[in-house]
Amino acid sequence: MSVKRDSLSLSFAVGAYGTAFGAASVSAHFTVLQSCLLSLLTFSGASQFAVIGVLGVGGSALSGIATATLLGTRNTLYGIRMAPILRLQGFKRVIAAQLTIDESTAIATAQKDEVDARKGFWITGIGIFIFWNFFTLLGALGAKAIGDPAAWGLDAAVPAAFIGLVWPRLVDRKSRLLAAAAAILSLALVPFTPAGVPIITTALLAVAFGWRS
Amino acid sequence: MSPQWIAVIGTSFFAFALKYAGASVPAKWLNHPRVGRINLFIPIALLTALVAVNSFASKSKLVIDHRIFGLGVALIALALKLPFPVIVIGAAAGSALAYHFHFLAQ
Repeated sequence: MSVKRDSLSLSFAVGAYGTAFGAASVSAHFTVLQSCLLSLLTFSGASQFAVIGVLGVGGSALSGIATATLLGTRNTLYGIRMAPILRLQGFKRVIAAQLTIDESTAIATAQKDEVDARKGFWITGIGIFIFWNFFTLLGALGAKAIGDPAAWGLDAAVPAAFIGLVWPRLVDRKSRLLAAAAAILSLALVPFTPAGVPIITTALLAVAFGWRS
Repeated sequence: MSPQWIAVIGTSFFAFALKYAGASVPAKWLNHPRVGRINLFIPIALLTALVAVNSFASKSKLVIDHRIFGLGVALIALALKLPFPVIVIGAAAGSALAYHFHFLAQ
């Protein structure tokens, strides 16, 4: 029973955060429809925030897509981890792929047996999908009604969301060093490169830091 | 087509392609430990860069404006281990207050 309860409470907590995405997306000059389509079709929080974050500071569509796509690579590894547990075929594999995100994988891999793992994956994935999309619409409509995003602090909500996403990952010295280097490199590039380039360039730092253990 | 539409379609296409690839490729293809390490580090680098640029860049200039108050509130909330929504709402409130009182107005 507890896997069901854990999955549902996580679904609601994470899904409600779609409000912040919807609001941030509209204040980054995406329409309500575009914001909702990102939540329906991309359905990966960090990638969604990245694409609106890059275009919001004036970056090109290409650098937005590239940044979001690099952030989505971890879902591939989640999929590889989940595939033997879920044992998928045909259309079910398409649905499961779309639901493969941080939280559904985290809940599933925290279970002791495969039955609970499958249950956790599906309930969390479907639950977050429903709540995330509902709250995105709510946030987008809310921000549209508000008008000037800076007056409501929405321009600061975007970096705050990113910092909330990255903070739990800074678990050791190397990670913190990488974060500091990425902040410095990106800001150093801002005056000299087109918007968006300073962000995606830091992926090279990740490669350099990860090359040796 | 506007850059936003291209971004929505492109991001969604590649996001799904990456997810579907994971559910389909043989595990041994991506089993190298280096791939795992780089994969863990990419979000750290990109998300931190997004924090920095979204906090301190205005077009191609570096600025310190009301957003730094939002960043400060977010960091305090994180240090106090407050939940995610509190971090985001707190940051928005801090920034909005600074904006209205014209702290560090450009």
